[in-house]
Amino acid sequence: MRPRSTTLAAWSLLAPFLLLFIVFTAYPIVRSLVLSTQQTFGPGTTVFVGTSNYRAIFDDPLFYKALLNTSIFTAGSVFIQLPLSLGLAMLLNRPDIRGRAFFRVIFFAPSLVGLVFVAMIFSLLLEKRTGLVNQVLHSWTGFPLDFPWMQQYAMGALIVAALWMYVGFNMVYFLAALQNVSPELDEAAQIDGAGPWQRFLNVTLPAIAPVGGFVVLLSIIGSFQLFELPWIMFQGPGYDNRALTVVMYLFQAGFEVGDLGYASAVGWILALILIGAALVQRAASRSHA
Amino acid sequence: MNRALARTPAARISLGLVYVTLTAAAIITAVPFVWMICAALKTNEDFFTALFLPLRETGGVAWDRLTLSNFTRLFTEHGFAGAMLNSVFLSSTTAVLATLSASMAGYALARFEFKGRSLVIAVVLGVLVVPGTVLLAPSYQLLFQLGLLDTFTGLILPAAAPAFGVFLFRQAVISSVPAQLIEAARIDGAGEWRIYFQIALPLLRPMVGAFLLVTFLGAWNNFIGPQIVLQTPERFPLAVAVSLLRGVYYQDYGLQMAGTLVSVVPVLALFLLLQKEFIAGLTSGAVKG
Repeated sequence: MRPRSTTLAAWSLLAPFLLLFIVFTAYPIVRSLVLSTQQTFGPGTTVFVGTSNYRAIFDDPLFYKALLNTSIFTAGSVFIQLPLSLGLAMLLNRPDIRGRAFFRVIFFAPSLVGLVFVAMIFSLLLEKRTGLVNQVLHSWTGFPLDFPWMQQYAMGALIVAALWMYVGFNMVYFLAALQNVSPELDEAAQIDGAGPWQRFLNVTLPAIAPVGGFVVLLSIIGSFQLFELPWIMFQGPGYDNRALTVVMYLFQAGFEVGDLGYASAVGWILALILIGAALVQRAASRSHA
Repeated sequence: MNRALARTPAARISLGLVYVTLTAAAIITAVPFVWMICAALKTNEDFFTALFLPLRETGGVAWDRLTLSNFTRLFTEHGFAGAMLNSVFLSSTTAVLATLSASMAGYALARFEFKGRSLVIAVVLGVLVVPGTVLLAPSYQLLFQLGLLDTFTGLILPAAAPAFGVFLFRQAVISSVPAQLIEAARIDGAGEWRIYFQIALPLLRPMVGAFLLVTFLGAWNNFIGPQIVLQTPERFPLAVAVSLLRGVYYQDYGLQMAGTLVSVVPVLALFLLLQKEFIAGLTSGAVKG
């Protein structure tokens, strides 16, 4: 008697989630696989086209441009943003620092500002002549006041905006990871005469590697889905498609041209890239463990 | 050991440098916020002549040149009161429904034995590797077929079944809701729903708080969802309403920054009140990963 009633209870607790999940997540995922073999004219009309969406994507120079731009942005996130996050975390992690909570709140705050709002702020900050960034750099270092971030260096502008937004966010992860560093081991290395750099490579880095790998993966996944920042900052793909990203390419195909099939195919190519990255990260973390 | 080191002059200098670096980073982080506030309070004329606040020729800030007209225009001419209500309604409804459905499902999957449980877990975890952008095109088609385009329901329901939330709540139940406690309540004759609401949910309070905040923030800052689903301007949340300011009133910088400011302030205020929950929520999963 009891087992049956608890089974019923379990399914009724699951029901609201499961129902919505099946309708709005599981079904659309399957549907998008089918859609990616179709051409649509708006949401209502579809025609089967086989693999021609995928072939058209791989034949389109614009797709490669989007992929290149997105990769540049991702590289900026991984190689500029994350080292800065780790550096800040290590400074804040010193035992003799006062005001740690205060610094943490300040550094973390920008990540709460939505992408749209960050885009609004930085499109004005990075404007040539009137923008704060060029004015300050110009008066301090003679940096050209007319440096065209918004016109020509779209990915540079986006990397700068993303730095402001995410350095503190990733810092919080690294700060948590640094708690795994054994102070005894670090002190022993110090007594044995290891310099700061050697201690970083041999004591700190191995201890934070598991969380570090995870942060790199999250950063890649997030960066590859870049859309709102360039879409608002440049009001589209920008001059010479320099702000075009993979998701923007998908958005334009699906919601401006109205071909949801083509957009689905782009979505799956993106999904495969990211699943590939996740598998690589998994393999790397296993081989280190 | 550390204390002895801290007294040497070299160690003092290095600590000083750490503070200088941290303070510089904090100032760089704060400047865009300060700049946005100043820009929102300036007339368009002063926007170009003053970097932060307009100054008098005799020195000092020209307080009387500051204006609230950007804010009054937002609310009287650009319907921002409505946009703000839309954002509040969408975000709080999404947060409450998502937290309820995810905590119920996570509880059922953690503490009940029933046929099909491992299948449900496998599917929910499997979906986590598919990036959200894959769902854009098929979801749009589905909402079209269900007649849910341009409705709040069409935005809320898909977000009310978060697979990642189920995963988080399942972990939280395993670590903080003891099976014996549930068993004891059953022997005392408590119904399954009562056990969930009166025993499990209170024990999950930290996770509930964190997840409410994170889903609220996600919905508040969501742009691509409402951009695709909604068509009637009266239904737009702040993220979309603000983005339109850049498109249509692109030379009206004060208005753009005022719109951004009123969109960002509620979230930042919430963060300052509930910092710990926020950081725990946004980084949950990473620390154990």
